[in-house]
Amino acid sequence: MTEWRYWFSEQRGTLLAIGIFVAMFLIYATNHPAGFSVNMVQTAANKATLLAFVAMAQAIVVITAGIDLSVGMILTLTNCLASWIVVGTATETALGVIGVLGAGLLCGMINGAVVIFGRLQPIVTTIATGAMYYGVALFLRPNPGGSVNETLADALTGRLFGVLPTSLMALAVTALVIWVPYSRSVVGRAAFATGSSEVAAYMSGAPIRAAKFTAYTLAGLLSAIGGLFLTFFSYTGEAAYASGNAYTLFSIAAVVLGGVSLMGGRGSAIGAIFGALAFRTIGDLLFVFDFDPLWQPLFQGLVLMLAVSIGAFGLVRVRNRLEWFG
Amino acid sequence: MSDATASRSVQRGTAMLRRLDPAVAASFGCILLLLLLGSLYSRSFLSPEYLLQQLKVASFLGVIATGMMLVILLGQIDLSVPWVVTSGAMMACAVAAHGTIGAVIAIPCGILCGAAIGIVNGIGVAYLRIPSMIITLATNAVAQGLMVAYTGGFAPQDAASRAMRYLATGNAVPGLPNAVLVWAVVGAAAIWMLSRTTFGRSIYAIGNREQAAYLSGIDTRRVTMLAFALSGALSAFGGVLLAGYASKAAQSMGDAYLLPSIAAVVLGGTHILGGRGSYLGTVAGVVLITLLQSILSVMQISEAGRQLIYGAVIILMLLIYGRQKT
Repeated sequence: MTEWRYWFSEQRGTLLAIGIFVAMFLIYATNHPAGFSVNMVQTAANKATLLAFVAMAQAIVVITAGIDLSVGMILTLTNCLASWIVVGTATETALGVIGVLGAGLLCGMINGAVVIFGRLQPIVTTIATGAMYYGVALFLRPNPGGSVNETLADALTGRLFGVLPTSLMALAVTALVIWVPYSRSVVGRAAFATGSSEVAAYMSGAPIRAAKFTAYTLAGLLSAIGGLFLTFFSYTGEAAYASGNAYTLFSIAAVVLGGVSLMGGRGSAIGAIFGALAFRTIGDLLFVFDFDPLWQPLFQGLVLMLAVSIGAFGLVRVRNRLEWFG
Repeated sequence: MSDATASRSVQRGTAMLRRLDPAVAASFGCILLLLLLGSLYSRSFLSPEYLLQQLKVASFLGVIATGMMLVILLGQIDLSVPWVVTSGAMMACAVAAHGTIGAVIAIPCGILCGAAIGIVNGIGVAYLRIPSMIITLATNAVAQGLMVAYTGGFAPQDAASRAMRYLATGNAVPGLPNAVLVWAVVGAAAIWMLSRTTFGRSIYAIGNREQAAYLSGIDTRRVTMLAFALSGALSAFGGVLLAGYASKAAQSMGDAYLLPSIAAVVLGGTHILGGRGSYLGTVAGVVLITLLQSILSVMQISEAGRQLIYGAVIILMLLIYGRQKT
C-alpha cells in the first residue's frame, strides 16, 4: 500500500499530464470536422512528435536543475544538415542519419562542456551556443531547400499495419531506448539528485559532472532526432530563426505541462512527452472550433500562462512565509 | 583646500580603483581591443562620426538593457523583452494615429503598455512565485498573440509621431544625437536609483538572499513587482525609440534585442544569479555588443558567420571573466 503511494506521489505530474492530454484529445477528436479517423490521428501525431522529442530533451536537462535554450536551434541545425546528407542509397542514407545524430550529440556535448568545465550559467551558455548553432544552420542553408530520402521519410511518417502512426512508434521506441535505461542508471539517478540538491549530491559522492554532461549530451541527441523528423515531414531544410525559437519556447511549456519541476529533481521525460502532445492538441483545438487562425498565438499564450499558474497553487499549502522564497 | 582634503581625495581614488570590478575593467579593455582591431581594418573606425553613430545605435540597446539589469540584479530574468519592445512600438504608433491628442500621449501610452505587461510578470514572479523564466516566456507569448491579432500578422500602417522621431533621430545639442541623451538620462536615473534609493538597495539585497531581505523588513514582493514593471516600461520605451528611428513599428522588431540585452548585462559583470553588478558595467557591455555587431557587419561577414562569431565571442568573454565562483 505505502509502496503504491510513493509511486503515485512520484508520478503525479506525469499522470496529470496524461490526464490533460486525454481530456484535450477527446474534445479535439469528438469535435473534429472529419470525425475520428486514422488519418486524423496520423496528422496530429506527426505534428506532435516533433515537439515531443524536443520536450524530452528539455526535460532531461531541466531535471538536473539546468535549462537548455538551444534545443530549438539544434533542431534547426540538424534539419538543415539532414537536408544535405540524408539522401541517396540505403547505405548513404544510413550514414547520413548517423551523421545527423552525431552532430546533435556534438552540440549537446559542447553545451555540457561549457556549463560544467566553463562553470557558466546554463541560461546564458545555451543562448549563446544557440546563436552559434543557428549560424551553422544558416551557413548550411542560406535559403530553404534540399531534399531527403523520401522512402525513409514516408516510412517513418506513415502508418504501421495501416493503423498505428509510425512517428508515434518511433517516439515510444526512443523513450524506451533512451529515457528508461537512463533514468534507471547510476548517472540518471545522479541527475535527479543533482537537481534536488547539488550540495547533497556532491556530499553523497554522486557523479555530478557525469550526470550533467550526459543530460546535455542526450538533450542534443534528442533534439537531433526531432530535427531528423522535421526533415522527414517537410522534405526540406530551412534555417528559420522564428521556428527554432518557437520550439525552444514550446519545449519549456511542454515540460511544465508535463509535470517536470523547473527547480529540478522531479519529473520524467514521459510526462514531458504527454505535455508536448497536450500542448499541440490545445493549439489545434482552435482550428477544430473554426476560429480565426490569427487568434491562435494569443490562445496558445493564454493556455501557457494558465498552465504555469497551476504551480502557484502550491502556495496555499505553505505554512511558513519563509517557504515562499525556497 | 588643505593637504588633508587632497590626500583624502587621493585615498578615495585608490579605494575606487580597488573597488573597480575586474569584469567592468575587462569589458572596457575588450572595447579598446575591438576598436584597435577595427582601426587596423579601416581608418574610419576611430572617427568621431562613426563612434557617435555607434553610441546612437547602442542607446536603444542601452535603454532595454537597463530594465534587464534591474531584473537580473534580483536574480530573475525577463524573457518577454522581444514582444514587449514590439508592443510598445506598435501601441505608441497606433495611438499616434489619433490626431493631435494621440500624438501627445503616444509615448506615455507605449511605455504604459510595457509597464502593464511588466506588472503581470511581476505579479507572477513575486506573488504567485512562478519562476521568472516561465512567466515571462508566457507573457511574451500572450503579448505576441495580442499584437498578431491586432495587426492581422502584417506590419502596421501607422507611422511614428514626430516626437518619437525627434527623440530617436533628432539633435537637440548639435553633434549629439538625442537617443544618446535619452540613454544618458535613463542611465543617470538608474545609477541614482540603484545606489541612492531604498528601492535600489533593496534590489541588491533581494538578489543576494531574498529570505534575509524579507526578514530585515523589506517588502520583497512589492520591490520585485516594481522592478519587473520598470523592466517592462524600459523595454517598451526602447521599442518606442526604435519605432521613432525606423519611423514605424514592425513585426518581430524586438527579436534582435533579447540575447544582446542579457549578454550586455552579463558581460558587464552583473552576476546572473543576482545581487552583484554595477550600471557602469552594463554601459560597457552594451557598447561592447554594439561595437562587435557593427565590426562584424562592416567586415561584410555573412549573417551565418556573424551569428557564429557573435555566440563564440560571448562564450569566450564569459569564460575569461564571467565564471561562477564555486
